[in-house]
Amino acid sequence: MFTFLVRRIATIIPTLVFVSLLIFALQQLLPGDPAVVLAGEDRDPNVVAYLHEKLHLDEPFPVRYYYWISGVLHGDLGESLRLQRPVLALILEKLPVTLELASFAIVIALVIGIPAGIISAVKRNTAWDYGANVIALWGLSTPNFWLGIMLILLFSVTLGWLPASGFVSPFENWRANVASLIMPAFVLGNAIAAVLMRHTRSAMLQVLSSDYVRTARAKGLPETGVVLKHALRNALIPVITLGALELGTLLSGAVLTEQVFTIPGFGKLIVDAVFNRDYAVVQGVVLFTATAYIALNLIADVAYVLVNPRIRVGDL
Amino acid sequence: MATIADTLPQVAPTAKPRTHPLRRLLRRRFAAFGLAVIVLFVALALFAPLVAPYDPLATSWGAIRKPPDAEHWFGTDEIGRDVASRVIFGARASLLAGVVSVLISLSIGIPIGLLAGYAGGKVDMLISRLTDAVLACPFLILAIALAAFLGPSLTNAMIAIGISATPVFVRLTRGQTLAIKAEDFILAARAIGNPSWRIALRHVLPNVVPALIVQATLAIAAAVIAEASLSFLGLGQQPPAPSWGSMLNTAKNYIDNAPWMAIWPGLSIFLLVLSFNLVGDGLRDALDPRSV
Repeated sequence: MFTFLVRRIATIIPTLVFVSLLIFALQQLLPGDPAVVLAGEDRDPNVVAYLHEKLHLDEPFPVRYYYWISGVLHGDLGESLRLQRPVLALILEKLPVTLELASFAIVIALVIGIPAGIISAVKRNTAWDYGANVIALWGLSTPNFWLGIMLILLFSVTLGWLPASGFVSPFENWRANVASLIMPAFVLGNAIAAVLMRHTRSAMLQVLSSDYVRTARAKGLPETGVVLKHALRNALIPVITLGALELGTLLSGAVLTEQVFTIPGFGKLIVDAVFNRDYAVVQGVVLFTATAYIALNLIADVAYVLVNPRIRVGDL
Repeated sequence: MATIADTLPQVAPTAKPRTHPLRRLLRRRFAAFGLAVIVLFVALALFAPLVAPYDPLATSWGAIRKPPDAEHWFGTDEIGRDVASRVIFGARASLLAGVVSVLISLSIGIPIGLLAGYAGGKVDMLISRLTDAVLACPFLILAIALAAFLGPSLTNAMIAIGISATPVFVRLTRGQTLAIKAEDFILAARAIGNPSWRIALRHVLPNVVPALIVQATLAIAAAVIAEASLSFLGLGQQPPAPSWGSMLNTAKNYIDNAPWMAIWPGLSIFLLVLSFNLVGDGLRDALDPRSV
């Protein structure tokens, strides 16, 4: 296990280096002198000169990258020009809100996606299967910001059951907190539920036709036991890894969902930064999400090995 | 003089499918429905000036936020523009963005993927790590960042989406190339002295195409959503030019008194994306020789 971990971590290092290079290179896309653009609309010559000095703009690209990456490695993702605060502090401040939203969304996705996948596999080619597939296709094709607007129309404007926007901290009032997150979490979880349903369905179909399931049935075990205990356990293994790949969808979706419901999270941070031309924040957020994504996939890989005794680590 | 080369087939001797793939595609009801919807939207986009009842940019202070009626089927927006006409013209931005961004991804992704798969070794290592790096940045977040640095416009949104979607095509082309490279007919082609580039283009590429077509169709669906998302955030098509995403962005502010402003553009995105997904799924089944 230890060698597997070391080897697996070794492969992500070059990826991380490339990610950082790529994100740093984004700056090169800015038309003209980055300092002038970064200085904002005022273009105060003092600010421009200060930025030139601070960002080492007179140095060649590799030198500038070196300065930037050594800052990043020391936890310095730069400073927000608009808010005059370190980017990392901003990210860490907004992160809990997005994490809460994402956790709710994952729970909703699991609660809908996995049972739907099981049912459509067990009741293959029936109305159930057909219905689940239609819902999955709907989940995959609905733009989540539109779904958000439609839910606001129904539950906030027409029925008046839920708040249309805003966020209340769970420490302030947990009921209001849940009420403010139900719709956004459903919007965010819905697309992932569709993906999980499809993965669960195909994994279950494969497992249900295997010999050991036939043996379990031949022994006279009740069908529910066979499906839930024997089949599901093995079917969930690929779902874990494939599900982990959806974390990117979750992070991307959070940007739009937070925008629709005006939730002050991580996604709102990047959108506001884009409009304030606060490029250090944009770079910081992308770097942070990419690193988180790589780390979470690593965890999923390790979990895959841990839950699947058939994979001996030596084989990898 | 007849050489052994004359007796060898030029491309992979694949079994002839019993029916044409297009016919097999149309036989699937869902895919046929999807194709019909796409054709309808393409027609609307092409003939928008003839089909649309009003000028999509014409404002009318006498008809602000009017609910749907016989005059304005989908109602009017916050400055009295006809929503139906804007939805019809908006199809142009969405279809253009969907197709152009995928063409950008294909034109970068296929050559790089072929190179990685065919050359192997260090080239493959380098390309694969780079692909991993781009894939590590969530698709939409990367597209937002690229669009932010390039500046907000429909063209830049298409470039941003195209670049963000490229790694999928690199991976697919590379994987398929690796599999095909191991086939006997490639060995035969090499044995008769074909140069590498010729083998890659004439023998490998044609066999990668079916998988690429399926992926490209599904990628158009993703690109249409991505363009709508960027426009919704203000990073795509700039107002007053109509686009479904930016229409929804405005509609969000009037949801309590003019919900029709939000319903139709969203429904159009949904229908178009659903159709590309249906056709993509149908193509996957139709082009898969095992499913005949």
